[in-house]
Amino acid sequence: MTEIETLREAPPAPPAPPWIARLEGVDKRFPNGVVALSGVNLDVRRGEFLSLLGPSGCGKSTILRLLAGLTRESVGYINWRETNPELGFVFQEPTLMPWTNVFDNVWLPLRLKGLSRAAAKDRIDAVLAKVGLAGFERAYPRELSGGMKMRVSIARALVTRPAILLMDEPFAALDEITRNKLNDDLVALKCELGATVVFVTHSVYESVYLSDRIVVMAPRPGRVVAEISVPTPLPRDEEFRLGAEYARICRETSAALHAAMGGPGDSGAH
Amino acid sequence: MKRETFQQYALPVFALMVFLAGWEAVVRVNDIPPVILPAPSRIFDELVRAWTPLSGAMLVTLSVTVEALVTATLGGALLALLFAQSRTLERVFFPFAVILQVTPVVSIAPLLLVYLSSGEAVLVCSFLVAFFPILANASLGLSAVDHNLLDLFQLYRASRWRQLLWLRIPSAMPYFLAGLRIGGGLALIGAIVAEIAAGSAGKGAGLAFRIVEAGYRLNIPRMFAALLLIAVMGVVIYLLLSALSWSLLHRWHDSARRRET
Repeated sequence: MTEIETLREAPPAPPAPPWIARLEGVDKRFPNGVVALSGVNLDVRRGEFLSLLGPSGCGKSTILRLLAGLTRESVGYINWRETNPELGFVFQEPTLMPWTNVFDNVWLPLRLKGLSRAAAKDRIDAVLAKVGLAGFERAYPRELSGGMKMRVSIARALVTRPAILLMDEPFAALDEITRNKLNDDLVALKCELGATVVFVTHSVYESVYLSDRIVVMAPRPGRVVAEISVPTPLPRDEEFRLGAEYARICRETSAALHAAMGGPGDSGAH
Repeated sequence: MKRETFQQYALPVFALMVFLAGWEAVVRVNDIPPVILPAPSRIFDELVRAWTPLSGAMLVTLSVTVEALVTATLGGALLALLFAQSRTLERVFFPFAVILQVTPVVSIAPLLLVYLSSGEAVLVCSFLVAFFPILANASLGLSAVDHNLLDLFQLYRASRWRQLLWLRIPSAMPYFLAGLRIGGGLALIGAIVAEIAAGSAGKGAGLAFRIVEAGYRLNIPRMFAALLLIAVMGVVIYLLLSALSWSLLHRWHDSARRRET
């Protein structure tokens, strides 16, 4: 707990980059009476990698769905810096259309905006090259490994050059080796594109390694309980994972998560 | 590979040959008269001799079956699309579809014969039995869409029309084609049952009527020959629809792919 307090008492940081999305006093109540979110205030800042960390049922996915416009807040406001911002969404599953190939799957967002296959080709080729899938245009989803399918999903989310990339535990179903590789590639891609990422995870280590900022959430009702900054600039490498700062922030984040779950539990911190 | 091909094709053919040879042998050894049980060779002779009336009857039954199946496919698919667009329509019309489905076609046929000519009645019966599985499967397919993909289409503000065209319809194809395979078999059954109920003679008579007619004349080999043609038709319809299904699905759907071993 003391670590969090130390952080709060730290000298004022340089002015934070302006927000591009801001949640103000947001509640989300489902028709069955479950309160998914209560009094959430949250800024998404331009160019940051923001992680939402918490146990299941804390409403972190609900925040993503609110930002994506897939569901409406019950109380409060969501403000956007620009109107109708371009959004990208990556689900926990690759969520590809199995009946068509990689190229057409990535084409979908542009196709829905009225771009023909030929007009979209350059952008699709470019984004597929970026996620390391050049040459797989004609492959069908079922011919790809889990990691490659996730790369297609990321390419599809990035092809519209979104203002915010929303990711809902995207690598949770992958093995650790693939996950680590995708984490590194994601950060590299984020830095190259200067993208803003909101990343939902239940892994402390993943969130600390990836994020500029971690928002810790607690369940019943879902709410924000702590905010932790990771000062080391992205991209980070293996050195960072072995360093003292990483260990310290992981400890701090774990402590915040345990506190969020009502005392020193032993779950949720992996 | 070679061994697999042998097991896949040669084995069933071989089993069929053994069965026919056994049948032939039993009839010859026991000297069973054709009026009780004709040997396969006798049935084949009859098929060749009566080819003109039998093939004519087969064409009648076949065209009724195909017409009914095509109408049922179009009708079932269209109604399923309507149901997918409006739950109210589904609530209004689905009970009718279920009632028509659970009422045995044999019991509807006499009533239809009151209102329609026998040719039309046969067509309607065949349509009715083929229609429901196609409708039910297409409906199921159109609603069984990956929810995340629906979210994705909503995120990109896709119109209902594009959601239907680019998401629901392709995702419903495996279900729809399964319904079509069932419907194909049922259309033939419906046509045969209705022909027997109608008992119409003359030029427009189908294979089922030929069976009834041959039965009255105790022409047992002719009954078997007509039966053989019906079985062949059923198999051919099934194979054609399976081939259609395979050609549309084999690139992506698990049902049309061989497991890697």
